[in-house]
Amino acid sequence: MSIVVTNLTHTYMKGGPFEKTALYNINLKIDDNEFVGIIGPTGSGKSTLVQHFNGLLKPTSGKVYVNGMDTTGSSLKELRKQVGIVFQYPEHQLFEETVYKDIAFGLKKMGLKENEIEERVCNSISSVGLSKDVLHKSPFELSGGQKRRVAIAGILVMNPRILVLDEPAAGLDPRGRDEIYNLIVELHNKKGLTVILVSHSMEDIAKLARRVIVMNEGKIVMDGQVEEVFKNAEKLESIGLSVPQITYLMKKLKAIIPGLNENIFTVDEAKREIVKYLKKAR
Amino acid sequence: MKDVLIKVDNVSFTYKSHAVDYHGVRALSNINLEIKNGEFVVVIGRNGSGKSTFARLINALLIPSEGVVYIKGMKTSDEKYLWEIRRSAGMVFQNPDNQIIGTIVEEDVAFGPENLGVPPEEIKKRVYESLRMTGIIEYKGHAPHLLSGGQKQRVAIAGVLAMKPQCIILDEATSMLDPIGRKEVMKVLKKLNSEDGITVIHITHQMDEASMADRVIVIDEGSIVLDGNPKEVFSNVERIKGMGLDVPQVTELFHGLRQEGFDLPEGILSVDEAFNVLAQVIRGQ
Repeated sequence: MSIVVTNLTHTYMKGGPFEKTALYNINLKIDDNEFVGIIGPTGSGKSTLVQHFNGLLKPTSGKVYVNGMDTTGSSLKELRKQVGIVFQYPEHQLFEETVYKDIAFGLKKMGLKENEIEERVCNSISSVGLSKDVLHKSPFELSGGQKRRVAIAGILVMNPRILVLDEPAAGLDPRGRDEIYNLIVELHNKKGLTVILVSHSMEDIAKLARRVIVMNEGKIVMDGQVEEVFKNAEKLESIGLSVPQITYLMKKLKAIIPGLNENIFTVDEAKREIVKYLKKAR
Repeated sequence: MKDVLIKVDNVSFTYKSHAVDYHGVRALSNINLEIKNGEFVVVIGRNGSGKSTFARLINALLIPSEGVVYIKGMKTSDEKYLWEIRRSAGMVFQNPDNQIIGTIVEEDVAFGPENLGVPPEEIKKRVYESLRMTGIIEYKGHAPHLLSGGQKQRVAIAGVLAMKPQCIILDEATSMLDPIGRKEVMKVLKKLNSEDGITVIHITHQMDEASMADRVIVIDEGSIVLDGNPKEVFSNVERIKGMGLDVPQVTELFHGLRQEGFDLPEGILSVDEAFNVLAQVIRGQ
């Protein structure tokens, strides 16, 4: 069991004039090697929740356990080695003179020897699909997509078991987005990382995750397999989310083709399903 | 015939550097185009394709290395027109937090006309009108940092409107917003365009936003490669995908079905269009 959350409530500025409860009584389990999507409108508590996973935030009440460690009682160093969080626009956090130094920063703080640092930096830059040549460049000479990869490499170099990504594709063009997502899927498949992906894009969640957690107003309102959750288009719309465009088409077609499978979320699936009926019509 | 608002005549742009061994990066080459008053234009292209450079050339944040940009007949390279150009074509940028300076919403919106020396009574009128046009008048006394992303971008748009521009340029202004924020901003832009006749130039990676435009311009490696209405542009599925861009999901579906040998039209953009075509074929004539 990677993450266990029991009765978690979080209140910002408790007792102050701007007191605001962002999470209400959250209960949640995430297993090793899961690929979980978290969706929800702005202000629904997604970021507050994931910041509890590495102890950046502490529960106001309730408990969060990561690989058995209670986040309030355990060493934060140990916790943060196990949980890597890639924040939105992580490239804004690049600051060193060279890509190498930036990725090595965390390892240096851990007091590792230079030869081990070098080995791990080289491994992590190749695991994000960049050549070692970039290590000696300034991070600011790189393209947007490359910078983002460098920022992710700086997290991966710590060898986390759980990787949390908050909108990792925001601001990237479609190919840049696909590249980042392919990278994440590969890390999940090859290295067996548990991946928790926060995103607004239903299309992307549908393509990538197996399980989806839907948040609204500080609560988990749905939690299940992608197919189960996306079945409830009306419920998702009522909290300001939507299902993929292709799903709307399938739902409309279902009205005139009763046998059609309407629970479809990707273009390829839709094509296969529609072809069946087009062939009959020929 | 509508008047030409913006004319881009054989424009190239190179980012220069003072480093000795560095010859600069050519961001745009030989761009020619006209944008008419009242058009709703979406510009798409990969990161680094030259889209933002294009936007910055229009309101004289950048001056062409070669060629001329005219806005309402004024050359952007002529310094005496600078203020008039900036007033005519206002920009809204990607990050809502980087462009709001006032401590309350109405103050922020008043910043532009104040700098133009507009009389206070007129400023007040313009601020309220702009806030009404963008649907955020109820937040006039709020602190901007407590608003949602979509609301903040509408404050930024109101700030531009208060300058009474003919044209608004949005450089990925929806890319940091959630789906609700995006919809809010697109709705306001559509309304400003259709009801108030404001020309909109909107740069985005969201293909569903592109399909709402009158005209879509695709920039790749510094050149305009496609320019037409959304139907025409998105009929080039292979070409657009080859450039690393996307088409709307239903467009891609129809393209895939055509490849399987079904006789269906290209350039389908909306769910309703797709449904109507498929319903007809499947139900049998």
